[in-house]
Amino acid sequence: MDITEYFNLVFTDYTLRTITLGTAILGAVTGMLGSFAVLRKQSLLGDAISHAALPGIAIAFLITGAKDSNVLLLGALVSGLLGTFWIRSIIKKTHLKSDTALGLILSLFFGFGMLLLTFIQKQPNANQAGLDKYLFGQAATLVESDVWLMAIVTGVCLFVLLLFWKEFKILLFDADYTKTLGFNTKFIDILITTFIVLAIVLGLQTVGVVLMSAMLLAPAAAARQWTNSLGLMVFLAAIFGAFSGVFGTAISSSQNNLSTGPVIVIVAGVFVLVSFIFSPSRGLLFKQIRFIKNRRDLELHKTLAFMFHIAETHDNISHPHTIKILNNFQGYTKGTLQKLVDKHYVTLKGKKWSLTEEGYKTASNLYNQQNDNDE
Amino acid sequence: MKKNIAVQVDDLTVAYNYKPVLWDIDLEIPEGVLMAIVGPNGAGKSTLIKSILGILKPIAGSVSIFGKSYEKQRHLVAYVPQKGSVDWDFPTTALDVVTMGTYGSLGWIKRPGQKEKKESLEALEKVGMLAFKNRQISQLSGGQQQRIFLARALVQNASIYFMDEPFQGVDATTEIAIINILKELRKAGKTVVVVHHDLQTVPEYFDWVTFLNVKKIATGPVKDIFNDDNLTKTYGINYKVSIQE
Repeated sequence: MDITEYFNLVFTDYTLRTITLGTAILGAVTGMLGSFAVLRKQSLLGDAISHAALPGIAIAFLITGAKDSNVLLLGALVSGLLGTFWIRSIIKKTHLKSDTALGLILSLFFGFGMLLLTFIQKQPNANQAGLDKYLFGQAATLVESDVWLMAIVTGVCLFVLLLFWKEFKILLFDADYTKTLGFNTKFIDILITTFIVLAIVLGLQTVGVVLMSAMLLAPAAAARQWTNSLGLMVFLAAIFGAFSGVFGTAISSSQNNLSTGPVIVIVAGVFVLVSFIFSPSRGLLFKQIRFIKNRRDLELHKTLAFMFHIAETHDNISHPHTIKILNNFQGYTKGTLQKLVDKHYVTLKGKKWSLTEEGYKTASNLYNQQNDNDE
Repeated sequence: MKKNIAVQVDDLTVAYNYKPVLWDIDLEIPEGVLMAIVGPNGAGKSTLIKSILGILKPIAGSVSIFGKSYEKQRHLVAYVPQKGSVDWDFPTTALDVVTMGTYGSLGWIKRPGQKEKKESLEALEKVGMLAFKNRQISQLSGGQQQRIFLARALVQNASIYFMDEPFQGVDATTEIAIINILKELRKAGKTVVVVHHDLQTVPEYFDWVTFLNVKKIATGPVKDIFNDDNLTKTYGINYKVSIQE
């Protein structure tokens, strides 16, 4: 199936439409909430939560004996929340740093979950096959009710986000100060964290335990590159996430059914890569270009300043001087001299140069200008 | 004439794990003073402010603001945290940060409107930062960031201001600008409490001082108690400052 055929199918094929819609919604909600995780420097929290959810899935299956995805996700939610609050209390009550606490809970819960999964596989229950799909996710198992659930959670999340926007923003920026203003920071904190857990749990079926944290981080990290406004960042992260879902699904189903979760994550990774390189203000490419341009300008200005000091000593600023004087000066090359001529700062006559009116004015303003730029 | 007591601290003790950071502090701050809290690193200066503001939970002790508990008087108190306590790469503008000072009076959910925006712009003007209102905060210099924090507290229009090292890492121009604003606050009858490091400038900037080193060493008018004896008690070494009269 090629890509154009695929796009025709999205609108006609029920399964494909469900999956595409599901991954798009998932990408949007994780992108939105991921912005908060990234700005709170809790990037690894998502990883810990998703891994902590695994034993919950296994236990839910052991109790009910059925593979109803809603029940399993409820188990994941409980165990994800449990892991999250354990992490918080470890950080609060012991001397351990947050990365240690995260790593500890992540590996303990994941280890326990894997143990339960292998135990379940040894059972004679014919129903057990396929639980391991939660490790890497399987978008193909999404049905309409799953998508509805995602849509409802996303809707609620969006509503709460808009309602408490001001409170979320100030808590993210300055938690102590928020407390002094009389806000219950614990409540705001738990609200954000709960929604992050919820979004991660929703994605487990599609993207899986192992890769879920990328859905949280990648769109947010990419979005941060393009804007200095929190609102725009959250919006962009949602858009990037949604597009990762749509493109990922499209690529995976048009290329011999590659596993959807990993493809979505790779597409999100491409968003990050492109953003890191091409963002106008923070991107590597433009930073490098600005650096080179600044260095060139500076060389030019140094030469001009040197000429200015020589010209200053004469009544006539355009008094010609021999080029040889400039040889003592390190920043001088034939190239810089030519550029100064191009800019009409300097005129050349034979082996002599002289400053123009414009060049003199520019040179005398150089220091002032630089101060202006600093301010 | 006896002044009102703006802040009263009784038997305040704070500890991180087993180590006491503040030990049985009794402190009265009269209304209308510009007070410096001085003491060596680790003396608990920031901790004292944070405990008064309820950011840290003390093991024992109580705090009252104008005779009532802090919770009831919160709206009378503004806070300028240490500049380094936040991430200045946060995606927001100078004006937006200053507007955060209005959030407390707005309460939950309600958004800042025209009135709040106007107040924030006025505060920005007071600290000489109006031209930078739309600047992303990471693009401000250290001194400018400090002024933004000060403006955010000014917007709260409080009676008591707590400031944690507002002069740290700012240049001379900014320091003068900030101290002028603090002196104006005092002139308006406000009480200002500042964690301060530069002992040389204490007599010039402040009229009230508290010496702190885990325990309270002394508190009172600068002209009476800012002397070598108290400095030596606080800093543990034989300290000599020459106070120019």
